[in-house]
Amino acid sequence: MKELIQQLCAISSPSGYENNIREAIKKEVTPFADSAEVDALGNLIVRKGKKGKDGMRILLSAHMDELGIIVTHVEKTGFVRFGSIGFVYPHYLPASRVLFLNGVRGVINHDTLEDRTKMPTIDQFFIDVGASSPANCPVKIGDLAVFDRPFLDMGDRIASKALDNRVSCAVLIQALQQVKQSPNELVFLFSVQEEVGVRGAITAAYSIDPDLGIAVDVTGVGDTPSAKQMEVSLGKGTAIKIRDSGMLCDPRIVRWMRETAEKAKIPHQMEILRGGTTDAYAIQSNRSGVPTGAISIPCRYIHSPSEVADIHDLENSVQLLVELISGPVKLK
Amino acid sequence: MIELSAFLKELLSLPGLSGYEDPVRDVIADKWRPLVDELSLSKLGSLHGLRRAAAPGSHPSILLAAHMDAIGLMVTGIADGWIKVTQVGGLDMRILPGQMVTVLGQRDLPGILQMIPDRLKDKSKAGNPPKITDLFVDVGLAAREVTRSVKIGDLVSFAQLPLEMTGGTLAGHSLDNRASVAALTLCLEELRPFNLAWDVWAVATIQEEETLLGARTSSFDLHPDIAVAVDVTFAKGPGSNDHHTFPLGKGPTIGVGSNMHPALTTRFKKTADEMDLPYAMETMPKYSGTDAMAMQVTAEGIPCAVISIPLRYMHTPVEMVALKDIQRTARLLARFITQLEPDSMEIIFAESRV
Amino acid sequence: MSPKINPNSGMLTIGPAQIALLERLSNAVAVSGNEDEVRAIVLESVKPQADDIRVDAMGNVLVTCHSKAAHPLRVMLDAHMDEVGFMLVEDEGEGIYAFEVLGGVDERQLPGKAIWVGKDHLPGVIGAKPVHLAEGSEMHSAIPLKSLRIDIGPANGGKVSPGDYGTFATKFQKSGPSLFGKALDDRLGVATLIELVKHHPDNIELLVAFTVQEELGLRGAKVAAVALHPDLAFAIDSTPAFDFPRPDEKENTQYNCRLDGGPAIYIADAGTLSDPRLIRFLTQTAEKYAIPYHFRQPGGGGTNAGVIHKALGGIPSVSISVPGRYAHTAVLMARLADWQNTLRLVYTALQDITPEVLIPDRN
Repeated sequence: MKELIQQLCAISSPSGYENNIREAIKKEVTPFADSAEVDALGNLIVRKGKKGKDGMRILLSAHMDELGIIVTHVEKTGFVRFGSIGFVYPHYLPASRVLFLNGVRGVINHDTLEDRTKMPTIDQFFIDVGASSPANCPVKIGDLAVFDRPFLDMGDRIASKALDNRVSCAVLIQALQQVKQSPNELVFLFSVQEEVGVRGAITAAYSIDPDLGIAVDVTGVGDTPSAKQMEVSLGKGTAIKIRDSGMLCDPRIVRWMRETAEKAKIPHQMEILRGGTTDAYAIQSNRSGVPTGAISIPCRYIHSPSEVADIHDLENSVQLLVELISGPVKLK
Repeated sequence: MIELSAFLKELLSLPGLSGYEDPVRDVIADKWRPLVDELSLSKLGSLHGLRRAAAPGSHPSILLAAHMDAIGLMVTGIADGWIKVTQVGGLDMRILPGQMVTVLGQRDLPGILQMIPDRLKDKSKAGNPPKITDLFVDVGLAAREVTRSVKIGDLVSFAQLPLEMTGGTLAGHSLDNRASVAALTLCLEELRPFNLAWDVWAVATIQEEETLLGARTSSFDLHPDIAVAVDVTFAKGPGSNDHHTFPLGKGPTIGVGSNMHPALTTRFKKTADEMDLPYAMETMPKYSGTDAMAMQVTAEGIPCAVISIPLRYMHTPVEMVALKDIQRTARLLARFITQLEPDSMEIIFAESRV
Repeated sequence: MSPKINPNSGMLTIGPAQIALLERLSNAVAVSGNEDEVRAIVLESVKPQADDIRVDAMGNVLVTCHSKAAHPLRVMLDAHMDEVGFMLVEDEGEGIYAFEVLGGVDERQLPGKAIWVGKDHLPGVIGAKPVHLAEGSEMHSAIPLKSLRIDIGPANGGKVSPGDYGTFATKFQKSGPSLFGKALDDRLGVATLIELVKHHPDNIELLVAFTVQEELGLRGAKVAAVALHPDLAFAIDSTPAFDFPRPDEKENTQYNCRLDGGPAIYIADAGTLSDPRLIRFLTQTAEKYAIPYHFRQPGGGGTNAGVIHKALGGIPSVSISVPGRYAHTAVLMARLADWQNTLRLVYTALQDITPEVLIPDRN
């Protein structure tokens, strides 16, 4: 699991430009799947199994895009101005490093402010790529970059940029590899452009037209110093989502997930997230409606260049997913 | 013969928060069963009641949507018996401290919703309205007992019982939008003796207060030719007196604006005039704030109308409505429907849009 | 008067007829929620060359021009017919009305303006309290929208009612290289699309949507895209040029786009990450035909592409805008040459596009 996550996190694929991560995931899943297609927006749709008696078409979604920054202007002096793709928080930027899709690396810093206690806004930041003018600048308007930070193995815990949502991609990949038999038609969606508004999931859910949906994404925790109250903690197991700020999970699915986890003795916790949503929001409102839930990976410092997660929570998530999709779904 | 006050009081005493509408849905289903030809549920739990047109074959259809979900709270954590909560739907923090609530745990528990006392907070925050994180529910039980009976995700609804007030008015929580559900029900009752030329879908939608999820998915499913959202609007009252507000007891409002098709606005107005029904035109330039926002832009687009019942103190546990406005709304909807003919689509939309 | 087409490059030109059409469109009143006037001009203009015309439930005009090819690429073009404006919400008597604003208008652009109200374009004003009577403290803040009123004079009072629409009373004019008018966002797009219907290429199935309520959240285009279900889409709009010198003399790094640089091609805005295949195709086309263009700065704002690309199973989309100054105010300004180059870029792109453009996976 760690090796897979490390490999996936090392790839640069901001929202809208997911080809690199898509290729990597395709390689991992193809030997275990019946088919793998790419749709109009770049979503990777992987299918496994046929719908048997008592079976459903289950859509499992994990977004493969990460946050990015995009060049808006190269100044006369060669400093690079940028905007964000997805929610990039200014307080994580000073002295960060970035890696452009064309291989160029740079350092982020900001205009010298009169009031040094104030946090600069995105437009007050710039990237120094070592250029002194637009003519010798190796990047131009529209070029994209991602955070540049290597994977860190801390034992039970791991740290990297883009744990959101490469850990969930890894969970889906392993679930796909491990599920042996199922009466269900399983559709594993590695979606695009989630960070900018769950856009890939909206269109993929429409084409796939599932009977039931499960999104896998990271969620916040309440276990860091002076954290906002939240009952989810690292290491307490896979998180079953009840609601977040975008949607309410279908209570029948929440019950099914919880009962399955209890029966299989899989460590789990219940999640309510008060700031953020996932692909589940898009899946639930598709067409005539799709009963939808979500499995979440507890994660610290979300949207920073060094997110932290617990390897056992990830393993529990795989376990629960395999348990859920391997048998007939009985919702009550 | 449905007794409006009794039916409404029954609806208002049931929970049915956004996403968890089953309790109130079951009661609505019981009332609709004798009034429709077919009763069914959407994939997500909205209630669909079909009253078929009389003649065999296919017919144009009209969908009437009234959301059945209510706002409230959800348990996010329990610490030493103190229950922390978050919102379901939009709540005004300023009206919450001191409310009696019911925690829907293993069993229904009465509780007091209160805020952390000023003396335990930063002095500079004294006198300020609470944030959601300052609120908690005290159910008065030992911590062990609370942990046994209540879990994360349990719902908390207002405990305020409905009050019959003078002048034919009723106060309580969830009149937004159970008043409209009642209007829809009375409309179905009024339609009973008629042979209809159009199919009528009465839909009690889920989750309007959160994401308009029911309206979005049910209108996709049923793809009607016309959709009407029945909801509540602001009634004139203390502190609310401008052009956004309408008198209590002087009839429903008919919406004018971008979310409503002008031909339907005109036709509803004409119908109300013919009936000598008191009503008001309500300008809603940008948003109607109703299920119609979702229905208008579903699939290839659905022409919409919005009919609203004036309501005081919206989104508080003491919302107030005039019973005769509910009855008038029902009659307006019924008359509109009985006047629909097989060729009404061509006639209604003839002048506009081409 | 027929448009001039340069016989050497087969490109369309903006001549007196096109400018006259833009003038009609700019002077028409079509505020979000009531686009009747512009819809009428569009219908009249496209009827001769369109193979199929439909007005849908929201008032969008959906035009189809068939292809001669066997399995043609379905290409959608979108331009919105609506403009920002006002709705009267309360009759206070003697011709004075309270109003609300439709679309994003900076309230500082409102006081002291002449406007047109209602179907008959009755002249009115949005006045302001005389400065002589203003208290010192009032001068430090914008005049609040709540205190503004539309005044159409006592004799006309009652001739319009709450629910009626109004907009700035700006008459279109051309001056040298520049065009002045209200609602150039997006009448420039509408005029462009009409021209493309008139000269539609037959290698593709051309699906043209003249949409409503863009200014209220891209509402019309959402349903138009479902009805037309194209293979790909181009949204044609107008985007603000903030290419002014900064008062502190620092470099202007937030100009959004520039006048005189040709059409602005979108890479990313708040609603859409343009399909890179289409961006590449457009820039290659522009270079092939020596059409000037530049990139709109990635950032906020958006076009109807924001809802089109998310429709159905996903529709690869890109936006192209005519740069304009002073968007969402009483008078916008654009350059004739920028409009001409926008028309040329879209026209040549439509002529040259083939299904091959979508064969590689996105990116």
